[in-house]
Amino acid sequence: MRKSVFLGALTVAGLAAAAAAAGTVDDVKARGKLNCGVATGVPGFAAPDANGEWEGFDVAVCRAVAAAVLGDPKAVEFVPTTGKTRFTALASGEIDMLARNTTWTFSRDVDLKFEFVGVNYYDGQGFMVPKALGVSSAKELDGATVCIQTGTTTELNLADFFRVNNMSYEPVPIETNAEAQQQYLAGACDVYTTDASGLAATRATFENSADHILLPEIISKEPLAPLVRHGDSEWGDIVRWTLNALIAAEEYGVTSTNIGELSAGTDNPEINRLLGTEGKLGEMLGLDADWAKRAIMAGGNYGEIFAKNIGESTPIGLARGLNAQWKDGGLLYSPPFR
Amino acid sequence: MTSLTDPQKDRFRLSMLLYDTRYRSATIQIIALIFFMLVAAWLISNTAQNLAALGKPIDLGFLTEPASYDINQRLLDYDSRDSHLRASFIGLLNTLVVAVLGCATATVIGVIVGVLRLSPNWLVGRLMTVYVESFRNVPVLLWIVFFMAILIETLPAPSAFRGDDPAAHMLLGDSVAITNRGVYIPEPLFSNSLGDIHLFGASPLRFDVSLDLIAILAVLGLGLWASAWIRRRADGIQEATGARPTTWYLRLGVVSVPLAVLLLMLGFHLGMPELKGFNFRGGTHMRNSLIALWLALSLYTAAFIAEIVRAGILAISSGQTEAAAALGLRPRRIMSLVILPQALRVIVPPLISQYLNLTKNSSLAIAVGYMDITGTLGGITMNQTGRELECVLMLMMIYLIISLSISAVMNWYNESVKLRER
Repeated sequence: MRKSVFLGALTVAGLAAAAAAAGTVDDVKARGKLNCGVATGVPGFAAPDANGEWEGFDVAVCRAVAAAVLGDPKAVEFVPTTGKTRFTALASGEIDMLARNTTWTFSRDVDLKFEFVGVNYYDGQGFMVPKALGVSSAKELDGATVCIQTGTTTELNLADFFRVNNMSYEPVPIETNAEAQQQYLAGACDVYTTDASGLAATRATFENSADHILLPEIISKEPLAPLVRHGDSEWGDIVRWTLNALIAAEEYGVTSTNIGELSAGTDNPEINRLLGTEGKLGEMLGLDADWAKRAIMAGGNYGEIFAKNIGESTPIGLARGLNAQWKDGGLLYSPPFR
Repeated sequence: MTSLTDPQKDRFRLSMLLYDTRYRSATIQIIALIFFMLVAAWLISNTAQNLAALGKPIDLGFLTEPASYDINQRLLDYDSRDSHLRASFIGLLNTLVVAVLGCATATVIGVIVGVLRLSPNWLVGRLMTVYVESFRNVPVLLWIVFFMAILIETLPAPSAFRGDDPAAHMLLGDSVAITNRGVYIPEPLFSNSLGDIHLFGASPLRFDVSLDLIAILAVLGLGLWASAWIRRRADGIQEATGARPTTWYLRLGVVSVPLAVLLLMLGFHLGMPELKGFNFRGGTHMRNSLIALWLALSLYTAAFIAEIVRAGILAISSGQTEAAAALGLRPRRIMSLVILPQALRVIVPPLISQYLNLTKNSSLAIAVGYMDITGTLGGITMNQTGRELECVLMLMMIYLIISLSISAVMNWYNESVKLRER
């Protein structure tokens, strides 16, 4: 084993050894830490706060999984990844899961051999322009210089959008959100395009955020989803059902404040199964009975996480929109805990 | 008389492979080779097996799929429906552009700085020392990012050129615009253009060559050849008679007159950049990313070249300078006729590795979003197709070929400036 690890490391791109090994959950438990890939810094979604603690909407998913598996929401090693490095990091085993506003697409799921565990944010690609530019529609952007994060689906959508509308543009490829912000604010590009949620988050950090507008066009479907490596279904199940637990908790009204009294047992068997007072769901996942309870206590249910990090009371100010529960006209719909 | 009998021939025994000095070294080498090949085979089969287990066997088919992304700086026609191979090819040309520009600029700056650093003028010498030490002791990536930040933050945006009382103005009679998106300069246009030759048909490597450019280069080459012929003839006359005929107007004429006639026939004119819509249109757009990368790579590598040049000059004994001065040569001619030609023999071999370094360092282009081969094949293509191993291997192969080609050319040049020994 030692020898094969050493020689395997020699192979190009370090592809070989780590990926094939199954049993991510055992690795995580043995390590005592969850390696979670996040963005390099998108306010509201994944960014370190003033004390260097990572927080945000994507970060909350990592913390919930760590709480479910390891019992400690702080037992997470956050690995900042760029749009370009994220898939290599996951495929090579450097990280156990990726929660980095990543769009679920066919080729990523099937060809890149990843497993998307469910959508945690329904998004779409938008455009941000300075008000002074006097543009009110994306159809008026013929000839514009567009800042775009390289290695993303937005890059491909952008090419298609301008092609279909028979317009020309000048792409300025950049690596991270921070660089994009620098170029956009200096006027080196007229337009910044990425997921509408990312635009809102970026705009919230501007000094004069009112001087910038988001154009009405949303040019793509961007279901953002956490993902794991293909081929380790046990681990995929854990991450999938942890996310579903957060969504279901909101649906059933389980919050971080009332979870203590609810976990004593309720009349609703669905809540009981979720919180482990009835049935053996935790055991089926290879975890203990309190797994979902810990996940929900880590940062609250989906609605609490949303409101705390990106909701309307935060500077980012995103409405629930498509991300409301199915009962409220949104798309969030957790399969039953049964 | 006694005759020596031949010593009885040793029959070959297997143990001789190890104990006989005639065979030992070959035996060891063969064993080492077998061992090396076994390790290599194990690595390859291990990689192939693991890739197969991942469900990603080696396959280059993705290169023919549409790339679906746009590239801003393209020397040849390209759009997002072209294949990944085409996109890589465009990226390769961008790499070559910055490498060639960088090597040329670095050589010029390096030679000047290297000579000036030896200047007896205290201030000039010290200034050059400061330049060399500050550039070569800071990582080149920082220089690239630094230049890019300066270009973006200090130069005016195109919108500053708009309005009745604009904050920024175009230079040189409204022909050059310096903005934080790059520099726009006039482009040469031909109203009676001869058209293009299309090489390689419709393949991903299709390549258009402008006939105008070929015609201009041909006329220029012929002019230079004629000029050289006039010079040789003048040399001949000078050697025979001692008097050198005045030839500068003839030599100037054979170069410039045919060129001027050709340009007139082609209808040469300049296309000026103009502020239209969001950006300047027309003219040639040199993007910030290219300028920042080019400047940083040239200035960084020039610092090393300056040291190589200085070492080369110091390697020539001062007696040469004194002898040349005694013959009445002026300092500049001493440098160009006596010192530099001899110093070249010392300078060229380390210069090769600086060229190689510059070319390889150009892969840092992604830091400023310059779409070189690393940004296309090793960046977006790799990311969108998930073919890491194939892309990285191809990338390594391409850089290897570029580097070996540079080495070959420079070794040939080194051979030609070598001291001829009789």
